Amino acid sequence: MLKKFVLALALSTVSTMALAQEPKMGGTINAVIQPEPPGLMLALVQNGPTQMVSGNIYEGLLRYSKTLEPQPGLAESWTISPDAKTYTFKLKQGVTWHDGKPFTAADVLFSIETLKVTHARARNNLVQLDKVEAPDDYTVVFTLKQPFGPFIGIFEVGSMPIIPKHIYEGSDVKTNPANNTPIGTGPFMFKEWKKGSFIQLVKNPNYHVQGKPYIDGIYWQIIPDAAARSVAYETGKVDVLPGGSIENFDVPRVSKLPNTCVTGDGWEFFSPMAWMWLNNRTPVLANKKVRQAIMYAVDREFAKDVIWNGLGKVATGPSSSAIKFYTDNVPKYPYDPAKAKALLKEAGYKGEKIRLMPLPYGETWSRWGEAVKQNLVDVGMNIETIATDVPGSNQKNMEWDYDISFTYLYQYGDPALGVGRNYVTSAIQKGQLFNNLEGYSNPEVDKLFEEGAVATPDSKRKEIYEKVQKILVEDVPVAWQLELQFPTITNCKIKNLITTGIGVNDGFRDAWIDK
Amino acid sequence: MKKFWKLMLRNPGGVIGLVIITLAIFVALFGQMIFPTSPWRMVQRPFLPPFTNPMVTLGTDALGRDVFAGLIYGARVSLLVGLVSTTVALTIGVPLGAIAGYFGGKVDDALMRFTEFFQTIPSFPLAIVLVAILQPSIYSIVGSIAIVSWPPVARLVRGEVLSLRTREYVQAAIVTGQSNTWIISREILPNALSPVIVLASLMVANAILLESSLSFLGLGDPNLMSWGYMVGAGRTVIRQAWWITVFPGVAILISVLGMNLIGEGLNDALNPRLAKDSR
Repeated sequence: MLKKFVLALALSTVSTMALAQEPKMGGTINAVIQPEPPGLMLALVQNGPTQMVSGNIYEGLLRYSKTLEPQPGLAESWTISPDAKTYTFKLKQGVTWHDGKPFTAADVLFSIETLKVTHARARNNLVQLDKVEAPDDYTVVFTLKQPFGPFIGIFEVGSMPIIPKHIYEGSDVKTNPANNTPIGTGPFMFKEWKKGSFIQLVKNPNYHVQGKPYIDGIYWQIIPDAAARSVAYETGKVDVLPGGSIENFDVPRVSKLPNTCVTGDGWEFFSPMAWMWLNNRTPVLANKKVRQAIMYAVDREFAKDVIWNGLGKVATGPSSSAIKFYTDNVPKYPYDPAKAKALLKEAGYKGEKIRLMPLPYGETWSRWGEAVKQNLVDVGMNIETIATDVPGSNQKNMEWDYDISFTYLYQYGDPALGVGRNYVTSAIQKGQLFNNLEGYSNPEVDKLFEEGAVATPDSKRKEIYEKVQKILVEDVPVAWQLELQFPTITNCKIKNLITTGIGVNDGFRDAWIDK
Repeated sequence: MKKFWKLMLRNPGGVIGLVIITLAIFVALFGQMIFPTSPWRMVQRPFLPPFTNPMVTLGTDALGRDVFAGLIYGARVSLLVGLVSTTVALTIGVPLGAIAGYFGGKVDDALMRFTEFFQTIPSFPLAIVLVAILQPSIYSIVGSIAIVSWPPVARLVRGEVLSLRTREYVQAAIVTGQSNTWIISREILPNALSPVIVLASLMVANAILLESSLSFLGLGDPNLMSWGYMVGAGRTVIRQAWWITVFPGVAILISVLGMNLIGEGLNDALNPRLAKDSR
């Protein structure tokens, strides 16, 4: 691991050198934020837009490259004990909070205790944690109950943001008025949030990385209509359209505008994957053959080419190809309506009505729902589309009141963090939006995911995860659709924005404007 | 009756309206026979411009669905919603108005305050709220359009009944001891019907517009292809593909115009003063 770290450090030095065509200082960047975040206190709110804005205010112990290798953040170095149970982080010295107070190991300990209460995913990531200690002000030691391979991948700013102890100690974190004016250690400081209009961040002059950030500030522009966001970019009102800001069918047109740069990078850590929950409790869908028929019936290449304009990749199974231990050595489901019909017949499907709920996230998802419905109707299924708004769809999903329902979820680089949760029996719990909503339960899968999370070395984990992927793809607990790709569109004068696996979420630190 | 048609046909606008709506009804009834494929089916490559492929005359939309098929199937939804919601609105509005006008006094006050309660709420926002609460479906759409469009009917019928109530033949019926129901339904309403018919034709046009607006906002029945849905879905790509929005837009325009022309024609034909002049 140490070797890996040294290599990563060397690599990152090389890449910064290669890109270092004299960064220029100054200038302000206007970026779109969509939708408006509900709050900016990252330990409390982890919506996509919150992570995007606040990832530049707060910092985590580590950052992750596009290949998901850990890189220094608030921790400048780290070691893992040979038994893989003790992780020792050396914190950077001379780091200050935006209000001038020094940052120490006490802040880290306080953050972890807080996150265990307020941050569901962090709580889940820390289940194997036995204790965390600070022998001195600049050292933090994590001791695990048993080796947990993915542990090194949980220190990203959205997964484990470090919050200031001196502000939150002794108060109720959820209601502390300081949540409206977040204080972090990051390269940008919160200045102003005009609701419905913009969020302004300004440069942190005392940032702990010498000479950074290069730009003077960021305006996150809030523009509710997708077409208006395209226009804002065309007229130069904004320079950065983060992934998902504009509708997919507009991407090719906007990409062709002069002086426009497009990249699909910066989502590696999340590797979002779209699928349809198939409610395994619905009598018809409880039959494996029907679920397989759905996989054959849906033309996923069409969805990729037409609905997503060729962006992304057809999913082969539960794991995205960007994350660890992915294998494509699994049963395949090409578009084959004839086979789907045959399977439905075998399963004894007699035209029972199946409800389909598209994701209410805009035009792209509505079109996708329509196309899938038509695919399923074509093989003889009786599909009724249910139209809902966001709260309505959340409600129905949480209550398991659906038959087929679209979703997309992040995978966080490791099957133990982002994949297993969707298929293991212990994650079946009413009232939540993620994890095992489909009600699939297979003791063998449970056992494999349990073993895979803690197995060492990696080759053993690989073996286990490949096995479980095969079983899942055969069983089709959910209908995997696409590995999504969200292109980030920028004015080409903005340089070096996407440098990590979470892209714009922490990218403005290194960005600069060519004038 | 013969006279009615003679008068109706004298108005060229009314004739044009009749032709348009007859055509639309024909398309709605028999469109499925001409176009057996579902309008949701992806038949060609997406964004195919119109008049380039004889199989899909009016081009294809963002998913490669036939715009022409969408128009045909959309006619059914638009007309159905227009006619059914107007019928429902009439069945609410006519009895309420008649009762209020005939009995007067406290009954009238109560019913009219109730009507005004609905009239004071802007109709389109109310329709949006109703559909959003009830979940978009053809039933909730028809229902909410009916709920927002009955108050003018009630007021109109009440006014007519109020004036007819004092006529001698009504008085005579009361004196001879006819029941109230009989008097309202046999003596008064038939004579109050002409303005209601004119209003109804305009209500159909209005309902078609309302349905289109709801679908445009994404509150249409997701299982039915309608013109408003087509305009709404094509709106965002209007710069790349004008035909997706323009054709259904024109269809809405023409059918609403048709209903309005019919309304005008009916107004002329049913207006006794105009009828007298023509003699």
